[in-house]
Amino acid sequence: MKAKEFFEGIKGTLPIMVGVFPFGLAYGIVAQSIGLTPGETLLMSLLVFAGAAQFISLPMFSEGAGMAMIAITALLINLRHLLMGISLAPYMKGLSLPHKALLSFGMADETYAVTISRAQAIGYSAAFQLGSNVAGYVTWAVSTTGGILLGSRISDPLSWGLDFAMPATFLALLIPRLTDKCSLLVCLVAAGVSVLAAVTIPGKWYIIIACLTAAVAGGILEGAENDEN
Amino acid sequence: MMRTEIVITIIAMAVATFFTRFTSFAILGSAGISPRFKRFLKHVPTAILTALIAPTLFAPHGYIEISTGNSYLIAGTVATLLAYFRQPPLVTMGGGMAAMLAIRGFGINLF
Repeated sequence: MKAKEFFEGIKGTLPIMVGVFPFGLAYGIVAQSIGLTPGETLLMSLLVFAGAAQFISLPMFSEGAGMAMIAITALLINLRHLLMGISLAPYMKGLSLPHKALLSFGMADETYAVTISRAQAIGYSAAFQLGSNVAGYVTWAVSTTGGILLGSRISDPLSWGLDFAMPATFLALLIPRLTDKCSLLVCLVAAGVSVLAAVTIPGKWYIIIACLTAAVAGGILEGAENDEN
Repeated sequence: MMRTEIVITIIAMAVATFFTRFTSFAILGSAGISPRFKRFLKHVPTAILTALIAPTLFAPHGYIEISTGNSYLIAGTVATLLAYFRQPPLVTMGGGMAAMLAIRGFGINLF
C-alpha cells in the first residue's frame, strides 16, 4: 500500500467533491420529505453509493413501487458502470479478485473519471484509486448526513441553482481531456447522439447509446490515423 | 428506526448496483485485449462524461434549446471557457455555478 499515492488520490478528488456535496444534501433532504427515516436514508447512501439511482428511487418509494421494480431501475441506471469497468479493467488485471471487488464498489462517475485520467496520463495506481474512492464515499456519507440533519429546515439546494453543480463538475473533468482531434470528435459525437437520444428515447438509455457510438467512432478514427502513419 | 421491507429493497438496489460495477472486472480478468478494442476503450471516459452532461446543457427541459434563454447552456459555456483556459477544477465549477446563480437567482441576463 503506497500511502503517498493514496493521499494523491484523495487530493485529486476533493475539488470535484464540491460539486457532489449539494447532491448528497439534496438527497438527504428529499429522502426525508418522502418519508424515509434517517436510518434508511443513510443506509442507502452507505450501501448503494450511486447518486442517480438513489434519487430516482425516491419517488418510487413514495409511490409504493415494488422492490423488484426499484432494484431493476437501479440496475438500468447504473449499466454505464459496465462500460467504465471495461475501460478500467485492463489496468487492474494484476489485482486479486477481492481487491477488484473493493475498488469496484467505490467506482462512481467522479472517482472513475479521476482514476482513469490519472491512469492514462502517468499510469494506474490501485492506492490512488482507493484514495479517490474513499474521498468520494466519505463525501457522499457526510453530505447525506448533512441533508438528513437539515431536513425540512432549508429548501432543496438544487432549486437555488446548485443543480448546475453536477454539469460543472463533469465539465471540469471533461474539458482537460480534449487535447487531440480524436478526443474532440468523440466529445462532439457523444454530445450530438446523447442529446438526440435523450429527447427521443425514454429513460436513461441515451448514456449507453451515445457512449458506445462515440467511443467506436473515436476508435475507428484513431485506427485510420495509425494506418496512415 | 428502519422498516424491514425498505431495508430489503435498499439491499436489492445495492446488489444490483454492485453487479454493474464488478461484472466487468470479474469477467475481463487477465484475458488479452486486441489493439482495436484498446482504441475503443481509450475513448470511453470522454464519451461517458460527455453523454452524462450534454442533454442537461442542450435540452434541460426535455427538448433542444439552443438559445441565450437556456441558463444551463450559458453557465456551461462559462465553465467550459474556464476549463479551456486551464483553470483548476474549483474555479471551473465555482465560475459555472456563480453564472447559474447570477442568471437564476438575480435575474441577471448575461446577453
